[in-house]
Amino acid sequence: MDSKSQNAELPFASTAQFRLKAGLFPLTQLDISHYERDAFTEQLAQKAAEAPAFFQHTPVVLNFDTFEGTLTPPLGEICGLCREHGLMPAALRSGDDAILTQATDLALAIMPAGKTKVSEVASTAPPAPDPAPAKEEAPSPEPLPSAGPTKVVNTPIRSGQQVYAAGGDLIVLSSVSAGAEVLADGNIHVYGALRGRALAGVRGDTSARIFCQSLEAELVSIAGNFKLDEDMRAEHWKAPRQIHLDEQTLVIQPLS
Amino acid sequence: MARIIVVTSGKGGVGKTTTSAAISSGLALRGHKTAVIDFDIGLRNLDIVMNCERRVVYDFVNVINGDANLRQALIKDKRVENLYILPASQTRDKDALTVEGVEKVLTDLAADGFEYIICDSPAGIEHGAFMALYFADTAIVVANPEVSSVRDSDRILGILQSKSRRAENGERVEECLLLTRYNPERVAKGEMLAVADVEEILATKLLGVIPESETVLKASNQGVPVIHDATSTAGQAYTDAVARLLGDDVEHRFINMEHKGLFKRLFRRSA
Ligand SMILES: Nc1ncnc2c1ncn2[C@@H]1O[C@H](COP(=O)(O)OP(=O)(O)O)[C@@H](O)[C@H]1O
Ligand SMILES: [Mg+2]
Repeated sequence: MDSKSQNAELPFASTAQFRLKAGLFPLTQLDISHYERDAFTEQLAQKAAEAPAFFQHTPVVLNFDTFEGTLTPPLGEICGLCREHGLMPAALRSGDDAILTQATDLALAIMPAGKTKVSEVASTAPPAPDPAPAKEEAPSPEPLPSAGPTKVVNTPIRSGQQVYAAGGDLIVLSSVSAGAEVLADGNIHVYGALRGRALAGVRGDTSARIFCQSLEAELVSIAGNFKLDEDMRAEHWKAPRQIHLDEQTLVIQPLS
Repeated sequence: MARIIVVTSGKGGVGKTTTSAAISSGLALRGHKTAVIDFDIGLRNLDIVMNCERRVVYDFVNVINGDANLRQALIKDKRVENLYILPASQTRDKDALTVEGVEKVLTDLAADGFEYIICDSPAGIEHGAFMALYFADTAIVVANPEVSSVRDSDRILGILQSKSRRAENGERVEECLLLTRYNPERVAKGEMLAVADVEEILATKLLGVIPESETVLKASNQGVPVIHDATSTAGQAYTDAVARLLGDDVEHRFINMEHKGLFKRLFRRSA
């Protein structure tokens, strides 16, 4: 602490307390079309089980623009359920006054309704939100792309373990077990078998790729676009593959 | 320096206690001063498998709490020189084990000249299992040839290499896989995973394959660790595993189906 400033006559003087900066964050939108408590809870739980990495304090925008229910949905209850399942409602968009009033009471930010760039991107994205990088290291607020340090792991990544390469690529020289999870802001290379989950471009880098010697993954995802093992078993199973994103569609190709 | 070996698995009922009894007996048979500790507080059964349950006066938790000293609690095996058992408490709960308490017991055993300390882990990945593996230099990961057991072993290997004291110091725990209750006939029918499958999934060194054998149950009911039964295939396989643990180069046996040739059938009939 600067002792001079503490002794200064004007205690509120000079030292800047903050700086306003424009930030660009990939934000996930939850389009809510219907609300019935039990069904909603069940679907949240199901999605969270399918892709737990997506549900780790991930900020979301609740979107009611396409809401089809006739009754005004109980916003407080919806927010509570989201939080229980690892989603953090940060803002809301809706044209409905009753919903907007609730949002104000709940201190949610209000996003402009209607067509914006954000809505176009998010609404064509798959239902699961962009994954939040795991607890390990807090990602820096700077958005894409990633040219940071590469993280190299020599040992197998076992069931229950999670490895995240913040700001760069992840290289695994051994295999990734079923029940393990690897995440990177950049590309992921696995020189053994990929049996767990692999999420590349977790902060939105759509040019990130996944490479592996044997594709046996539970889930692969690039910038929030994912495929589950059932989508890969027929054609690509246990073969060397690379995965990239083409217009929000994951493309799997032989590695050769 | 004592070598601390944890026998662990994640899953219950796969053969950890059977293995702890066999391996500790085998090490003592090879002349090494060995202690085997039951970490399964509340569900102790190592003392039964080693036939000393009626000689338990003080237990592991008594020693940790300072109610008794190590010498009072250690039970000398009646069959092999150099082998001592530290039984679990049947009445306390797992939280009685503390990092400091366990560390003190292990250090005292080492100071007492024990060369090998075998820690029989409880099932699960909670406190008791964690206490059993925390100080390990070597881990014998016991798995059965089935998917769920292999998955749990994988999980335990991850915990070993990230949460143990060695891991905290940036070192690795030496890991080895012991595949137990292996039945080549069932593998051939596709009902069980083959050795090669398990080795591929776990990508770790194979210490041994213990065949499924009726002699194991008989041995534990009689309180004689199966390694003492030289006619049992399981006993022989454990003897091989102990040799490998000590650095001997021993070929793996009991992996393939026996071919009951003419000679064997004739031999059977006349026997
Ligand atoms: N190789 C084997 N063949 C047949 N039965 C076995 C074998 N190994 C263990 N068992 C039996 O499996 C059961 C569980 O073994 P145990 O050693 O108590 O497992 P854990 O300590 O992992 O719970 C016991 O009934 C034991 O006799
Ligand atoms: Mg046991």
